[in-house]
Amino acid sequence: MPPFMHRAVTHLSASVSALAVPAAAVAVSLALFGAFVALVGVDPVEMYQLMYRGAFGTWFSWQNTLTRASPLILTALCTALPAQLGLVIIGGEGALVLGALAAAATGVALNGAPVALVWPAMALAGMAGGALLIGGAGALRQWRGVNETISSLLLTYIAIAVLNHMVEGPLKDPASLNKPSTAPLADTYMIGTLPGSSVHWGLVVGIVCAVAAWVLMRRTTFGFAARMVGGNPRAARMAGLPVGRLLVVTTALAGAAAGLAGMVEVAAVHGRASASLVAGYGSTGILVAFLARQNPLAVIPVAVLFGGIGASGGLLQRRLDLPDASVLVLQGIIFVVLLASEAMQGRLRLFAFATPAAKEA
Amino acid sequence: MGNALRFSRRSVLKTMTAAGGLGALGAGLPWTPAMAKTLVIGFLYVGPRDDYGYNQAHAEGAAAVKAMPGVKVLEEEKVPETVDVENSMESMINLDGASLLFPTSFGYFDPYVLKEAKKHPDLTFLHCGGLWTPGKHPTNVGSYFGYIDEAEYLSGIVAAYASKSKKLGFIAAKPIPQVLRNINSFTLGARSVDPTITTAVVFTGDWSMPVKEAEAANSLIDQGADVLTCHVDSPKVIVETAEKRGVFATGYHASQATLAPKGYLTGAEWNWAKVYTDFVKMVQGGITPPNLVRGGLKEGIIKTSPYGAAVSDAARRHADAVKAKFMDGSFVIYKGPIKDNKGNSVVAEGKSHGQTDIALESMNWLVEGVTGSIS
Repeated sequence: MPPFMHRAVTHLSASVSALAVPAAAVAVSLALFGAFVALVGVDPVEMYQLMYRGAFGTWFSWQNTLTRASPLILTALCTALPAQLGLVIIGGEGALVLGALAAAATGVALNGAPVALVWPAMALAGMAGGALLIGGAGALRQWRGVNETISSLLLTYIAIAVLNHMVEGPLKDPASLNKPSTAPLADTYMIGTLPGSSVHWGLVVGIVCAVAAWVLMRRTTFGFAARMVGGNPRAARMAGLPVGRLLVVTTALAGAAAGLAGMVEVAAVHGRASASLVAGYGSTGILVAFLARQNPLAVIPVAVLFGGIGASGGLLQRRLDLPDASVLVLQGIIFVVLLASEAMQGRLRLFAFATPAAKEA
Repeated sequence: MGNALRFSRRSVLKTMTAAGGLGALGAGLPWTPAMAKTLVIGFLYVGPRDDYGYNQAHAEGAAAVKAMPGVKVLEEEKVPETVDVENSMESMINLDGASLLFPTSFGYFDPYVLKEAKKHPDLTFLHCGGLWTPGKHPTNVGSYFGYIDEAEYLSGIVAAYASKSKKLGFIAAKPIPQVLRNINSFTLGARSVDPTITTAVVFTGDWSMPVKEAEAANSLIDQGADVLTCHVDSPKVIVETAEKRGVFATGYHASQATLAPKGYLTGAEWNWAKVYTDFVKMVQGGITPPNLVRGGLKEGIIKTSPYGAAVSDAARRHADAVKAKFMDGSFVIYKGPIKDNKGNSVVAEGKSHGQTDIALESMNWLVEGVTGSIS
């Protein structure tokens, strides 16, 4: 076929393949999970009907799903952005916690100031908190050769310890006797819900950030350079790219995204910082990023899928008497199947004609 | 390929429509009249319901409710203290028709329970924590809690008789008033038997830290403690470690007797089965449950585990005598003079704080005889 057509078909089939492989992975996981529940005596068809109903079947279910999805979009970006440079960052939980703490402290300190000042200040503080932590992991990697996966994981424990120390010590509201927390945010500083729903504005914040991250990585020279580092750091360095700066800036941006999730959690949900902020959004975000194949745009639908799995978990417990861990089993199966399916990428016969090998033949 | 694609897209659409139809069908199904009479009750737990501790105590209460006629019980475990609990309650109300909810974790109250209660003024929310304030909180919210330190005082007495080294060990989560009160009551109980007894305290920093709890248990035993007790969400590893090392333990939240058949002495347990069945009977009878329910052994909110084989007759007699005084309401734990472990007087000579005294709820000291510090 003519070269221009070949290019178009290659492009198309690459995107179809990029969509088809994760979709197939989810389908295989659902089949495996169905077999799993059948083993414990639950009808898989009934279970999936229930799951659908709990996640997407009613307007209420949609709101439940979207509320759960919104922090996941931002924490997934914490893993997806550094992945463009070939880094594996798993410290989203810590960045969220530190961002939440910084945002809560700022909101309380600025009590009395106009909302138009307090919200940006809280957001900036939250992003700075997260950026410090994950940017720190990036800097350790760049200048000290410390593995960023391990350091971001361990920094999370430090962040949680800092949170506990601050809410039980210097920042403790004396009135919070049996549940140590910071002083509550004034009601005027609480972020409301989208009109006509119970979903807070954090969802919009998450979507805007995901789109911005996609534009940054796919449509700017910064993103091009970052992905070049991801492809081959040595070649990038030879080409004169500032690899160190790219690495630290990207990890800091990633941390800022999770830190912003923390700010939203404080300002839209908790109203204060306390140990309850450690709710596992960071770790679920890692799964979301991997299932989205580290694509910032794909993070949005995948976060909604995981929000839906979370939302339907309660219904499975209540109606089918399955333990809470069953939802974790499903998430685990999806993750493992997905990692295995990565090996299939570009090898399916269906798409084979587009690969160089097929072209030669 | 084009064909294959179109086919798959069409079948995906078909499946989605079918699933959507199913969802709509489920949503549109009205509750049958027979079900309308059934009282649907939702229980929400912050941890696993078989944790041998806080959550199991509540799940045992829910199990007692399940055995009642005319009720349907829904349970959800491991619901975090975030917007998740709000959504789970809403889901129980919206999809399952629950009209009475028991959110059982302390941290669910503000803002989640309060928000849901305002949204559904005709439903009843009964929260465990004793936080309801008249005039400030919605009237369809109730909050209940128990003076479990009465049972800790009795455990202290039993522990004192069992201890040979005169050193007791207490593993606690956080130095908050509720926890400090348990440590102090346990120690006061033990020292009422033998004033030379000391209690060593280790704070682990959080409610569920199994590894740290096991380390703390081993280190306390290494330091000579021969009776361990705790205030964490699940006493499981602590009681098991004590049994393995051949020392005694007293339990907390629920009974851990099966985990330590040799060394389990007694324990401080919640009696949620009584509290919950009482509440449900009230709601079934059309009576609005009281907004604030508190009580101890006398009111039946607290109970003690049956004595283990290792408890001596003298210990049983002593503890039973004090328990009888708790039951008739004549016993006061915090009766002066009481000093803290830094030598300051915290309850003056001639002063006493009864169980309901609000002054005890902001306790920020450890009693004389406790080794360890709050900060």
